[in-house]
Order: sequence, then structure tokens, then C-alpha cells
Amino acid sequence: MAMNAQSKFVSRDALSEFLAELSARFRVWAPRREGMEGAGAVMYRPFDQAAGVELDKKPTESAKRVLFPPAEALFRFRRETDGGLSLESPPDPGPTLIFGLPPCDARGFLIFDPVYAGSGTAGRAQDTYYLRRRSKTVLIARACSRVLSTCFCHWVGGGPAGSEGADVLALEADDGFVLEAVTPAGAELLEGKALRPAGDKAVKAAEQSRASAQKNMLPAPGISEAPEALRRRFDDAPFWRDEAAHCLSCGACTYLCPTCYCFNMTDEGAGTSGIRLRSWDACMAPLFTLEASGHNPRPDKAARLKNRIGHKFSYYPSLHGQRFACVGCGRCIKSCPSGVDIRRVVTDALGRETASAGAVPGKEKRHA
Amino acid sequence: MHDTPAARPGHDGSAPNPYLPQIATVSEVITETHNIKSFRLRLDDEEARRNFSFEPGQLGQLSLFGAGEATFVINSPPTRKEYLQFSVMRAGEVTSALHGLKPGDKIGLRAPLGNAFPYNKLKGKNLVFIGGGIGMAPMRTLLLYMLDKRKDYGDITLLYGARTPQDLSYAQDREDWLKRKDMRTVLTIDAPAEGWEHKVGLIPNVLTELAPSPENTVAVTCGPPIMIKFTLQALEKLGFQPEQIITTLEKRMKCGIGICGRCNIGDKYVCIDGPVFTYAQLKNMVNEL
Repeated sequence: MAMNAQSKFVSRDALSEFLAELSARFRVWAPRREGMEGAGAVMYRPFDQAAGVELDKKPTESAKRVLFPPAEALFRFRRETDGGLSLESPPDPGPTLIFGLPPCDARGFLIFDPVYAGSGTAGRAQDTYYLRRRSKTVLIARACSRVLSTCFCHWVGGGPAGSEGADVLALEADDGFVLEAVTPAGAELLEGKALRPAGDKAVKAAEQSRASAQKNMLPAPGISEAPEALRRRFDDAPFWRDEAAHCLSCGACTYLCPTCYCFNMTDEGAGTSGIRLRSWDACMAPLFTLEASGHNPRPDKAARLKNRIGHKFSYYPSLHGQRFACVGCGRCIKSCPSGVDIRRVVTDALGRETASAGAVPGKEKRHA
Repeated sequence: MHDTPAARPGHDGSAPNPYLPQIATVSEVITETHNIKSFRLRLDDEEARRNFSFEPGQLGQLSLFGAGEATFVINSPPTRKEYLQFSVMRAGEVTSALHGLKPGDKIGLRAPLGNAFPYNKLKGKNLVFIGGGIGMAPMRTLLLYMLDKRKDYGDITLLYGARTPQDLSYAQDREDWLKRKDMRTVLTIDAPAEGWEHKVGLIPNVLTELAPSPENTVAVTCGPPIMIKFTLQALEKLGFQPEQIITTLEKRMKCGIGICGRCNIGDKYVCIDGPVFTYAQLKNMVNEL
């Protein structure tokens, strides 16, 4: 997208003022560094002027928590004294804005959308909780001017300065950011007093930062055949045993992922009142599919990794317009304690015709 | 690979909250076996009760507030509207809590969910029902439906088995089924037991012995995975084609609407694409039962 007349500039110094201004109309979320100075994770939190915003380091987690909270009450139940039972839904969420999310996180919501909007298969219902938040949320994405070795957004149709899914794209320029409107809702955000029109010099710097990140990305292998390759691999037990050999079933990959949307539903409280809770769940956990009878359709970590990769690169594309359920953020690679690399699993599935635990070409790469 | 995404979805305001159960009252509790109870429910809201409709084979999520939710087939047929029946085998936390329910107790219900048996397409066909253990529950729905619409269907055979005589549910139904002249009922248990007047032997073996003709016939089966495996083999040996075999699956489920990610078999979700599948469909799905 080219710069246009609507582009605005906000200096780093004025950023706080801009976000404070937006806070009058929205509940603003932004990434910030948690814990000890310099050592903590970068997490999405409600904006707090005193705590500031972290825009230089990629957030450790994805932005999904804003639209899909780690835990939320679906309703409250109450037993009345007359023996009756009442259920009370939570109030509607207010307007929300996420500032400073990388383009991969903005695209992540596009993966949630068709599933939570109930499309794809008859019988899938509208998830009213997600949709109410989604329709009231605007996104100001921040283009990446640097990429990490784990980044692979360009494998799956994205880019470090991609604007897909965002309402505004912020590009780094000198001592601030050039803000480009992507949607009408985004254009409306750029009318703030803290902003000034982007000058030629800032526009030029922004164009440079747009180009520089892209330049640093290694060529992407073609993975359009992945859905079929993974289907063919389904019964290749040695392949999956090998790919999952190092997995600890910790689930970090799923919790940090911007497109993992699985959840659990449990009740809290008993007696006279309590809540039904929806909380993030991880398909990598042994208990995820364990049935009360003791039967488990995905009984080992190989079966579970196969489902996670299969879902993202085969099942989801077959149900939702051939789009992969992965935005290439690389968090699952960066944060995996045992070096499981989703890129490698996919390219292995595409590449190797047979696999056995004893002879794995390039196995040493796992520990590189 | 990447189409332009559709416009950002919004909530259209009219869509109902799919997670909010309807409140129902337990009207009757039937102790079927040492670990299976059947519960009969009525929706509290009169209008909801009037508007409630479902097809044989569809599922419901029962909520015991404070304990949680679990999925069961509605095992009373839509032709009998006085109540909705669910049979619950005590196995985990929620089912154990459900077993404590008494008449008059409140319960939550999200239903109907999932697809149904192809009861219209089965008109004019002969039916062979093969139920093992708690797998008889979904069979019961379709069987009772067909008995209520008896003229629409051909010969009906029921083979129902369990480990011991005490593990067979639906005592009253069984008595009726055995008496009826318009169906054939065969009961079996795994090992001889005193006073048992019916078959002794595993379901697939008894099925082979009965040798129903596949001619214009559809077999409907449900039971534990090991029984299903050998029953499918036995049916194929008898000449049943995969399209002539229907089963209904059970998986751990939470949302019941195709989102939460537990019950998928590859790109099929048991809660919305199923629970009813033909063996031909199962053969086209990934091997992850």
C-alpha cells in the first residue's frame, strides 16, 4: 500500500499522548515489558501511561488474549431459594483498540474469524462472545523493521510490513511512526490532536523501514502442497514419532500462538452460585482428548503434534478457503524448550518420502 | 493459497448465545444397571418445549451447574414428546455428579447438536441394529422411532449384547421388543450366566451366526471401539457394503458447535459433521478413532 494523504506522524514522545487520547474512547491494549527491567516477557496489557509501551521487541505472546481471553466467564449460574435456577450472561464489551501489534498478530484474528463466525460447516454456531468483541475492536499494527530468525510470515502469505487484518499500519520513521489508514475505521483514528501530517522526510524513512525488513527475510520455500503432503503422511508413524521425539507436551506453542483457538469449558463454584468458565486449552496436552472410559484417540505426543500441524496446514485450509491456520510469527519455535520447529515439520512432510527414527537427514539442525 | 478474507465478521445481534443452556427439570430417573441411569427431562420454558424439535441420533449437552457439561445422545425418539431421555454411564466427574440427580432437580440442556440417522433414506429398507453396552442408547432412539413408524420400514432385527445380564439396559423395552411379532430381538452376553435364556457369545460372533442378508438392508451399530472393529469386519464378511453400514461416534466434546478442537477426526468434527457416519465415510477419514 502506498502512502497517501491520510498518513500521519506521531513522534515517540507524543505516543503516550496519542494513546491517552484514544483511551477516552477505547479500552486500549498495548504490548509492554513485564517484570525485571530488560528481562521480562513482552505481554499485551491494558495501556497504562506510566508503564509505557514496548514497540522495539516483538511481543512474547500473541495479541489473541484481547479478543479471546485466557479465561472468561460464559455465564453465572445461581440457585434460587425456591429451587429455581438462573443464568446470567456477562455484559457486552465496550470499544477496544489494540496498539502496536506486529502484522502477524493482526492476521491471526483472520484465522479465528470464520471459525468463530460459524462458517465452514453446517451446525457450527456463531460464537457471540468473540464476535461481540471483534466487531468493536480496531487494530493499529506496527510494521516490523527488524525480523527474527524464527520469523516466517512470508511463507504463509504475510510480510513484516503487511497490513492485512489491521485498521492502521504504523511504520517506523526517524524518531516516531508514520501511521497509514488501512480501513475507514482506521482513517477515523488518525484524526487525533497528537498527530500531525507525515512530512516527506518521515514518509521516505517509513518506506525504507518497510523495505528493509522484507530484505532481511530468507527466501520462502513453497508449501502450497502441504495439505496433501500431510494427508499422505497421516499413517507414517515413524515420521511423526521422529518429529515429536523432543516434544515435552508443555503446550507453550499453543498458548503463545496467534491462531490456536482451542478451549476448555469448566465450572467453578458449586452450592448456590458459580460460573461456567471458558479457558485456553492445548491440543498438545495428553488429557485434551482423553475420554472418561480411558480411551484416547490421540494417545501419544506424536498423534498430538500430527493433529496440531495437520490442523494448521491441512484440515483448516480444506475448510476455510485454502488459507493456512498459521501466520508465521515463529513464537512456537522461539519459545519451544526442546527445539521443535514447525517449519521443519512442514518441510520434512513435504520432502522426505520415508522416515525412520534412525536415519533422519539434517537431524542435527534441530539443535543448531 | 491466500484468498482475500471476507469482511470482518460482526455479531449480528440476533444470533443466540450458543453456550447458554436451557433449564430443564428431571422428571424421572431410571436405574438401568449398576453404572447406567436414564434421566427423563422436561424443558422448563413452555414455549421452548413447544418449539423444541430434533431428529433421531442428535446429541445434547447436559449441564450440572458446578460439575460441568457432558455430551449424550437423546435416546427417546422425536415421536414421543412427553420427555427427553438421556442414558448416562458413570465414568468420570460429570457423569458421577449426574448420577446423583433426583426427580425435580434442575439441569441445563444444550440441544439438539450434530447430525441425525438418515431415517428418511432408510424408508423401505430392512434394518439390522447391533448395539453393545451403552452403545444401545443411540440405537434405542432410531429403533423406537421406526417402531412408531413401523409401516415405513422393512424387517427389523435387533442384536443387543452386554458383558452380563445385569449390564443390559432398558429392561421394559427389552420385554416389549422380545414380545413383538414385527421385529426380531436377539440378546447376548459374553459368558454363560445362571437363568439366561438367550445367546451367549461376543456380538460379532453372534452376528455371524445370525447371518442377516445384506439384500436391501442397512446395519446400524454402536458400541465400544473393540466391538465396532470386529462387528464391521463381520458385516463386511456377510456382504454388507460400507455404504450399508451406519455407526455413531462418541468423542470428548466441550463446545458441541465445531470450535473447541477436541472431537475432530482430521477435518471432520464429530459434533457437527457427525456423530452419525457411514462406514464408507469413515473409510475416507483419517484413521484417528
